[in-house]
Amino acid sequence: MKHKITLKINGESVTAEVDSRLLLVHFIRENLDLTGTHIGCDTSNCGACTILLDGKSVKSCTYLAVRADGSEITTIEGITAEGTNHPMQQAFHDQHGLHCGFCTPGMIMRSIDLLENNPNPTEEEIRWGISGNLCRCTGYNNIVKSVQQAAEELQKESV
Amino acid sequence: MFKCKTSAEVGGMGHSVKRKEDARFLHGKGNYVDDVKLPGMLTMVMVRSPYAYAKIKSINKEKALAIPGVLAVITGYDLAEYNLHWMPTLLSDTQMVLPTDTVMHQSQEVCAVIATDRYIAVDGAEAVEVDYEPMQAIVDPFKALDKDAPLLRPDKEGQKDNHIYHWERGDRAKTDDVISKADIVVKERIYLPRIHVASIETCGCVASYDKDTQKMLVYMTSQAPHAIRTILALVAGHVGLSEEKIRVISPDIGGGFGGKVPVYPGYVVAIAASFLIGKPVKWIEDRSENLVNGFARDYHMDCELAATKEGKIQAFKVKTLADHGYTDSSANPSKYPTGMFSICTGSYDYADAFAELDAVYTNKAPGGVAYRCSFRVTEAVHAIERMVDKLAAEINKDPALLRMENFIKKDQFPYASPLGWSYDSGDYELTLQKALDMVGYDEIKKEQAEKRKQGKLMGIGISTFTEVVGAGPSKDFDILGIAMFDSAEIRVHPTGKVLARFGTKSQGQGHETTYAQILAEELGIPYSHIEIDEGDTDTAPYGLGTYASRSTPTAGAAAAIAARKLRDKGKKIAAHLLEVSEEDIEWEVGKYFVKGAPEKSKTIQDVAFAAYTNFPQGMEPGFEETHYYDPPNLTFPNGAYICVVEVEKETGQIDVKRFVAIDDCGNIINPMIVEGQVHGGLTQGIAPAMYEGIEYDDEGNVLNGTFMDYLVPTAVESPHWETGHTITPSPHHPLGAKGVAESPTVGAPPAIANAIIDALKPLGIKHLDIPITPAKVWEAIQAHSK
Ligand code: FES
Ligand code: FES
Repeated sequence: MKHKITLKINGESVTAEVDSRLLLVHFIRENLDLTGTHIGCDTSNCGACTILLDGKSVKSCTYLAVRADGSEITTIEGITAEGTNHPMQQAFHDQHGLHCGFCTPGMIMRSIDLLENNPNPTEEEIRWGISGNLCRCTGYNNIVKSVQQAAEELQKESV
Repeated sequence: MFKCKTSAEVGGMGHSVKRKEDARFLHGKGNYVDDVKLPGMLTMVMVRSPYAYAKIKSINKEKALAIPGVLAVITGYDLAEYNLHWMPTLLSDTQMVLPTDTVMHQSQEVCAVIATDRYIAVDGAEAVEVDYEPMQAIVDPFKALDKDAPLLRPDKEGQKDNHIYHWERGDRAKTDDVISKADIVVKERIYLPRIHVASIETCGCVASYDKDTQKMLVYMTSQAPHAIRTILALVAGHVGLSEEKIRVISPDIGGGFGGKVPVYPGYVVAIAASFLIGKPVKWIEDRSENLVNGFARDYHMDCELAATKEGKIQAFKVKTLADHGYTDSSANPSKYPTGMFSICTGSYDYADAFAELDAVYTNKAPGGVAYRCSFRVTEAVHAIERMVDKLAAEINKDPALLRMENFIKKDQFPYASPLGWSYDSGDYELTLQKALDMVGYDEIKKEQAEKRKQGKLMGIGISTFTEVVGAGPSKDFDILGIAMFDSAEIRVHPTGKVLARFGTKSQGQGHETTYAQILAEELGIPYSHIEIDEGDTDTAPYGLGTYASRSTPTAGAAAAIAARKLRDKGKKIAAHLLEVSEEDIEWEVGKYFVKGAPEKSKTIQDVAFAAYTNFPQGMEPGFEETHYYDPPNLTFPNGAYICVVEVEKETGQIDVKRFVAIDDCGNIINPMIVEGQVHGGLTQGIAPAMYEGIEYDDEGNVLNGTFMDYLVPTAVESPHWETGHTITPSPHHPLGAKGVAESPTVGAPPAIANAIIDALKPLGIKHLDIPITPAKVWEAIQAHSK
C-alpha cells in the first residue's frame, strides 16, 4: 500500500508516495539519492545509517519512511553548506577520526547529537555515547579525540 | 629517529599531513558500491540454504516468477548450461557458484532472484520453493577425519576422505630429538577460532553488460581488481568475456581486511545475470549473509616448546588441523597453502623447529581469508607467544626477561630462521625495553604483587612478535599463478602537478595521502599537488592489490623507483636548460643545480615544463614513468605489546587497564596514519581475544550470525590504546619502510590472552583459548576453586 508523505530533508521540502514497508534509510538513499547515509547491518547495531530526525539521532534503518511523515530530517549532506566543514567534520579530519569512511557519516551525526545534549563530555561519556555506532577501522581513539575537539570548538562558538 | 628531508609544505616522508581523501567521506560523498546507480539497474537477492548439508531435490521458481517485478530466478542448472556453476578458488580447489544437487554449508547460495527493486527481490526469494533432504553435517574437523565419516567432496576426482592436504616444514627428526632431551617441554593445544573480518561495508557488486559493445563493467568491493579481472577472463572466457572487454572498478571500499580478496559466488552470479539479461544487476550482501559466509583463522594447533631449565629456548614444534569448510578457498599464494605460518618460530634465536598441518573439509562456509594478516601470521604468532609465556610460567621466570634472553640480537640480522625465512632487520631488545619503560613495568609488577596479596586478580601479558609481509618476491608468491609484484605509474603534467596510478587499492589505509608523500619525498613536488588514482583496471597499471601489508613494501617501492627514473630523466633536461653537462648536475629535494654553483638551478617544475616545451634534441618528450616492483625479500615488521588487566573473581569480568604497543615498521611515511592504523588493528586484536568467534551447533547451524550476537567491539569495549615506535629501516626496501597495518591484529591477541591467563595464574589456570569471555573465565574460576 502506498502512502503520501511530506517531510523536510536538509531544509528542502519533499513529498513522495511510499510503500508502507519502505525503510527510511532506503527512502533517503534510493528515492532521494542521498547516499552519504550508509547501511552496515540488518539488526540496528552498527549506526552507519544514523541521521538527525527532528534534531535527535536516529538509526534510519529502524524507522519506516511513513513514520517520518511531517518530520524534519538532516543527513550528513545537510549539516553544513557545501564547501565548508561543520566543526565535527573538521575535527574528524584533524584528528584522523576516519579510515575507510563508511561509519563516518553515522558517527558524525551521532556525535553531533551527543554534544547537543552534553556539550562537555568526559572520555567515558563519549565512548558510551557513540557505543551504538560501530567502526571496524579506527580503534576509536581518534574518534574520541575528534569529538573532544569538536566539543571545544562548539563551546567556543557558543560563547 | 627518522629525520624529515622535506618541508612541511612539500610533505614528504615523516610528516603527519592530514589525509587528502577525507573530504569526500566527511561530506557523505564517498562512492561505495551500494551508492552506484545505473539506468535500468536490477537487484539480485540470494536464496540461501537453511541446512548445513542437504540434497536439493527440487527448486520451484513459479511462485517467485509470478510476482510482478521479479524477472528471473537463476539456479545452478541455468549456470550449468554455460558451464559456470563451479569456479576455481584462489587455492585451486573448486567452489560452487550455485549448486545443482547438494548444499554444503548453512547459508550457502541456492539460487538468485533478479527483480526491479530490492523489496520485490526479497519477496521473490521468499517465494522460491526449495525441497531439501537434510543430511548429517560434519561440524567437528577432527571427526571429519574419522574412517567412517561421509565423504563430503565426491565430486573431486581421487578424493577418498575429507583430508585436503598435508604440509610440513623443518626437520622433524632433529626437532623431536632436541625435544626428547630437553629439560623442560611445555605443551598446549591452542585453538584460534573462526572469526569474520566484519568490515562495516559488506561485499557487493554492480555488474553491467552491454550487449552491443560486449563490454562488461563491474563495480566490485575488491581489494585486488586486476587479479579479479584476469580470473573472470579465465573463468568466463568460454562464454565470450574477454579480458580487454572487462573493466573492474573497485570504488571506495568500506573496509576490506582480507575479506574482499576472494571471489564470492554472488559476484559471479550477478555478472552472469547481467550478461544474460543485458541490464545492470546490483548485488549487496546483508550483514547476516556476510557474517556466515567467509571466515578467517580456524586453526587447532598442538604446540610443544622445549627449553633448558634456565629458559633458553631450544626447539618448537607445532601440528595443526585446519578447518577449511567445504572447499579450500584460502587466499594464499599457491606455493604456500598455509600462508606464512612458518613464521611461527617467532622473534627468538634457536635452531630447531618443525611445523606440519593437515587441512580438512567440513560442512562450513569456505573462506580462510588473510584477515588483516599476511596469510596465517596471526595463527603463528599466537602459537609461539602463548607458548613462550607458558614456558615462563612453568619455570617461574619473568616473561619479559625470558624474551630478552632469547631474542634474536640486532647484529644477527639478516637472520635465517629455522623454517627458512630471512628476517631483514630489527632491534627486539630495544623495542621491548621501550614498551616496558612506557608501561612502567617494575611499578606494575609491584602493584600486581600487592593486589595478589589482597586476593585480587591482576595480570600482565606480553607479546613480542615478528611479522612477515609485503609479498612478492614473485619467484615465490602468486595468486593463481599471477606473480605478486606491484606497480606505479607517474605522470607529471607540464605545470609540475602529478597524477599517479597504482595497482593496489586502498580500503581506508590512506593511500591517496601516503603515496603522494612518497612522491613528494622523491620529487620534491608538494603532496598537495599530487593526485592518486587506484582501483580501475582500465586506467591503473597492473598490480596484485592491497592485502598482506603489501602496498608500501611493493607499490610504495614502485613509486619511489619510478620517481627516481623521472629524476634521472629530469637531470638530462636540467643539464640542457642550464647548459652544462649532465655530470655537473646535482639534485636536492625539488631542484637540480650546478655543482659548485648552487645559484644556478632549475626546479622540478621548471624541468617538467621543459619536458613538454624545451627538451634536448633526440630526447623522448614528456615526463612520465612507470615501474613494476618485484621485491627481493619480504619485510619483517615487529613489535612489543604489553597488556594489563584486572579480572573480577565473582563475575569473570575482564577490565583492560592498559595496553601499550610499540611497533617497528621501519621508516615511517606518515606517523599520524601509522598510529591510526595501529589503533584500528589493536581493536581488531582485542575482538577475537575477548569477543568474537563464529559458533556452530552440532547440526552446523551458525549461532551468532548477526551483529546482535557477533560482538564487534564498540568504543566502550575498546580500551584507550597507548602507542609508540622504534625504527629499524628495512635494508632492502628503497624507502626503508616495512608495512604496518597488520602488526597490531597479529600482535595484540596473545598479549591480551597472556594477561588474562596471568591474572588467573594464582588459581592454577594455565591456559584458555580465545575468545576469553567473562563466561569462560567464570567457568574456569569455578572449575579451579573446587
Ligand atoms: S544499518 Fe546498521 S544500525 Fe542501521
Ligand atoms: S572508518 Fe571504516 S568503519 Fe569506521
